[in-house]
Amino acid sequence: MNITTLVFILLSVLAVGSAIMMITSKSPVNSVLWLIVVFFTISGHYILLNAQFLAIVNIIVYAGAIMVLFLFVVMLMNLNKETEPVKNYRLQLIGIVAGGALLLLIISAIMKIDAQQLVQMKVGDEGLIKSLGMNLFKNYVLPFEISSVLFLSAIIGAVVIGKKD
Amino acid sequence: MMLLAIDLGMVIEKLILIVVVVSASLVIAMYTTFAERKVAAILQDRRGPNRAGPFGLLQPLADGLKLFFKEEIIPAFSSKTLFILGPALAMITAVMTSAVIPWGDHVELFGRNINLQIADINIGILYVFGVVSLGVYGIMIGAWASNNKFSLLGGLRAASQIISYELAMGISLIALLMVTGTLSLKEMVVQQQAGHWNVIYQPLGFLIFLICAFAECNRTPFDLPEAENELIGGYHTEYSSMKLGFYLFSEYINMFISSVIMATLFFGGYDMPFVNEVNLSPNIAALVGIAALMAKVICFIFLFMWVRWTIPRFRYDQLMHLGWRILIPLALFNMLATGGVILYFSK
Repeated sequence: MNITTLVFILLSVLAVGSAIMMITSKSPVNSVLWLIVVFFTISGHYILLNAQFLAIVNIIVYAGAIMVLFLFVVMLMNLNKETEPVKNYRLQLIGIVAGGALLLLIISAIMKIDAQQLVQMKVGDEGLIKSLGMNLFKNYVLPFEISSVLFLSAIIGAVVIGKKD
Repeated sequence: MMLLAIDLGMVIEKLILIVVVVSASLVIAMYTTFAERKVAAILQDRRGPNRAGPFGLLQPLADGLKLFFKEEIIPAFSSKTLFILGPALAMITAVMTSAVIPWGDHVELFGRNINLQIADINIGILYVFGVVSLGVYGIMIGAWASNNKFSLLGGLRAASQIISYELAMGISLIALLMVTGTLSLKEMVVQQQAGHWNVIYQPLGFLIFLICAFAECNRTPFDLPEAENELIGGYHTEYSSMKLGFYLFSEYINMFISSVIMATLFFGGYDMPFVNEVNLSPNIAALVGIAALMAKVICFIFLFMWVRWTIPRFRYDQLMHLGWRILIPLALFNMLATGGVILYFSK
């Protein structure tokens, strides 16, 4: 067992543990905070794969911006245990079915992976910013531009909705 | 069982470096509080603190002791864990940035080449940006956990302000990255040592970055999260004792660290102008470099204080107007202009 395996196990336990805490904690603010911990552990996995850019962007975008907005909304709405909507069993059943279907999909995808080639150690320059930029702007420039147009329209849409008098 | 494939010397070396850097930041931040009071006194034609020790030099110690010995009050209806987590996070995120800053070139001690940078990662500047974007959590969590309307309002103000000014800051950094072509802070300093300081290529970018740094540090004229005449104490209304001290102290550490970042990005970092470091022996060159960096940092810290005691606070709508309608378009224009110029000269 080398240091990488050890770190991997530690991160995975942390990730799964905090994800469970996020789902089970009663207070919405605690849920949001646990979700932030999950994002950090995922960033740790990215660093383990030598994808430093992805790791730090994950933190900047998700932990640093999106979750701040989540926290913002949760704090402003002042959600408490008393005001939590009554759960009905039909909704829970639907949730179980949908989650189970997703689990099946993920398991079937994992089954197909060759277990010997999960991680390439010490050769992983793929995740560094240079190769990422080369790939995005040379090989995948059209999808990249299309997704930027999508983002732009989302921004404009948000502004239009926000300006509603 | 061989767990670590790196040699033990490097681990010890880095640990010592971390301890030195963190304690140096703390001491400098401590004396920044003293300097702030002295500068305020000079600007307002007063004497300032002069009782504790010669010239009042022991004042920060006295302040710290006072905070430690004060009664600690945790509000009854607050969430206790989060209430303690708030100031801790504020402090941690304030100190974390120092990991990627190149404090000097390298020193040769006991036959080892010691880099005066804790971690030279190739995404240094993004790391700084990531930690800055996390800085808001300490304030928000503490404000919410206080279970006080004034605190919550202060926390929400801090969050929206930091999010708004992060955008302009990021865009101004993109223009800088286009000029330097690297994300590593060390490489940026080396480039500036060989050529000119980045502020010559990016004057507008520097101005935008400076304004955003003021906003990110919650310094006047952007100190609305703790506007005392509207919100009592803002996000730290309910805090007492050293927890309050942590919040106040993290502001000074942030100020110090952002001064270092500005000096590194735009003013050559540890580059001493008109001195060719290659001619000196490495240890002396490192000392000269650290001295040069600290001199630049002191200038920036003085600027922070000068502005605080000169300019009144913004109104909240003015703050948002400045952030979204002036700084972001200006930063976008700066980015486009920089890109255009680079494209024109590279043909």
